[in-house]
Amino acid sequence: MSLQAEAIEKLCELARLEVTDPEMADFTSKLSRIVDLVDQLQAVDTSATRPLAHPLELPQRLRPDVVTESDERALLQRNAPDVGNGLYLVPKVIE
Amino acid sequence: MHTQTLAQLSKALRDKRISSRELTALLLDRIAAHDDSLNCFITTTPELALEQAAAADARIAAGEATPLTGIPIAHKDIFCTSGVRTSCGSRMLHEFVSPYDATVVARLAAAGTVTLGKTNMDEFAMGSSNETSFYGAVQNPWRSGLVPGGSSGGSAAAVAARLCPAATGTDTGGSIRQPAALTGVTGLKPTYGRVSRYGMIAFASSLDQAGPITRTAQDAALMLAAMSGFDERDSTSLTDPVPDYVGELAQRIDGLRIGVPENFFDAGLDADNAAAVREALAELERLGAKLSAVNLRNVHLSVPAYYVVAPAEASSNLSRFDGIRFGYRSARAGDDLREFYMRNRGEGFGQEVKRRILTGTYVLSAGYYDAYYLQAQKVRRLISDDFAAAFKEVDVIAGPTTPTPAFPIGQKMDDPVQMYLNDIYTIGANLAGLPAMSVPCGFVDDLPVGLQLIAPHRAEGLLLRVAHQFQLATDWHTRQPAAFA
Repeated sequence: MSLQAEAIEKLCELARLEVTDPEMADFTSKLSRIVDLVDQLQAVDTSATRPLAHPLELPQRLRPDVVTESDERALLQRNAPDVGNGLYLVPKVIE
Repeated sequence: MHTQTLAQLSKALRDKRISSRELTALLLDRIAAHDDSLNCFITTTPELALEQAAAADARIAAGEATPLTGIPIAHKDIFCTSGVRTSCGSRMLHEFVSPYDATVVARLAAAGTVTLGKTNMDEFAMGSSNETSFYGAVQNPWRSGLVPGGSSGGSAAAVAARLCPAATGTDTGGSIRQPAALTGVTGLKPTYGRVSRYGMIAFASSLDQAGPITRTAQDAALMLAAMSGFDERDSTSLTDPVPDYVGELAQRIDGLRIGVPENFFDAGLDADNAAAVREALAELERLGAKLSAVNLRNVHLSVPAYYVVAPAEASSNLSRFDGIRFGYRSARAGDDLREFYMRNRGEGFGQEVKRRILTGTYVLSAGYYDAYYLQAQKVRRLISDDFAAAFKEVDVIAGPTTPTPAFPIGQKMDDPVQMYLNDIYTIGANLAGLPAMSVPCGFVDDLPVGLQLIAPHRAEGLLLRVAHQFQLATDWHTRQPAAFA
């Protein structure tokens, strides 16, 4: 099955990825090949098989609902592209 | 001194034949001399290393050393290191300085290791050749112009070139074992959950597992002992106690039942590669093991199942990179929030990462979820069940790690499916969560070949023991690339 440019544009929109024209041409052929690869799964009869999500099928551990973190805002904001007064700054996006 | 194994260096340090400061300076010099040609390191940390080495020397002098105290190592740049850039091989994190240490990094540091630097890798660990790194390809120490494998290509090449005795890696579909095979070193992917994933940048969370890359199984046992164990900060961390990996090594393998999956030796496997692996199996037989065929009938579906599950999990994990709290931000202003996100992510991620995010988005999208994601999880169970059935008959499974030895840089970059098929023998262990390792077992055209060993859940000790006994009887793991002798 081949993926058309229109379908890939929709995926880019969903995944919030800007893609250039040359990239789009490349993705159209390569993603179609990847979809052909994973389509091999369709031929397998799994009607009697349960899905496996965790390889050891262990239950999720729970911890007590208590605060364990301390305030590290200044440390964490050192990696932010733009901050002011302890806030994360972004371009104006709301009219 | 640089050609010695971790275990030998450990003894030399405790016997005061060399100090950690001297050893660290020697390896930093080797990295400075050789890394322009190899490109193994994204970041070196000489100041931190010499500081840690001085502390290690004091600890050795005080008689409080562990076997790893004073040993210089390198960390794959997927592990968060406090105060040191942690790029994950991506432009997205080019300027990211981690505010904390990954559990693996913290535990190895607590044992007294010295951090030489952060190694090159495929971007976000997505690749089998180290070519998708924002920082450029890594050269194979055995022959310039060839890939070292990936995604832990920088770690494997650094250990192979004797720039460090050990390095950390991660393995989601073969990313420790495949580069170990292509560079002639020893690589171990433990059971899913054995080593904490805390502070290890997530790719596919149900598959990711950290492990050591070393030159010997004995060294891998020493590293794994320090790296593994329960961590409350990883919700999938195993609570089982960590066995005495080093203590088990000496036990012989007489009577051990080794299963050989015959479909691993089909047309996809290079004939010379196959011959080297068959000879390794014969050696295991001479050591007293009993070989028999096992049938992993669904294993050919592991690549397609993986390329649904891994991209699906990746597309979710990588949604955190928005260019607001950390990571790359585009210089072009967007008109709205949507465009702002799209530009940050579009410019910050490389091509292979974008392809995987798009593949994951596709297989998770409404109308396709059952056909792809759910179906892949069911096939995952079929593959896992095949291994479980095989382990009722045998103790360990052995076969090739890769279909071919190292290939030329650029050869497979135009065809993602050809690149993905590099991992055809390794992915099954990730889907089933099994421990697996690669050990050097011969050469084809002067390029190293790996023997893969796979064991039941939690049986790393058995794997290490088989590998160690094999290495006592062979010398493939002692061969070193002439340019880096």
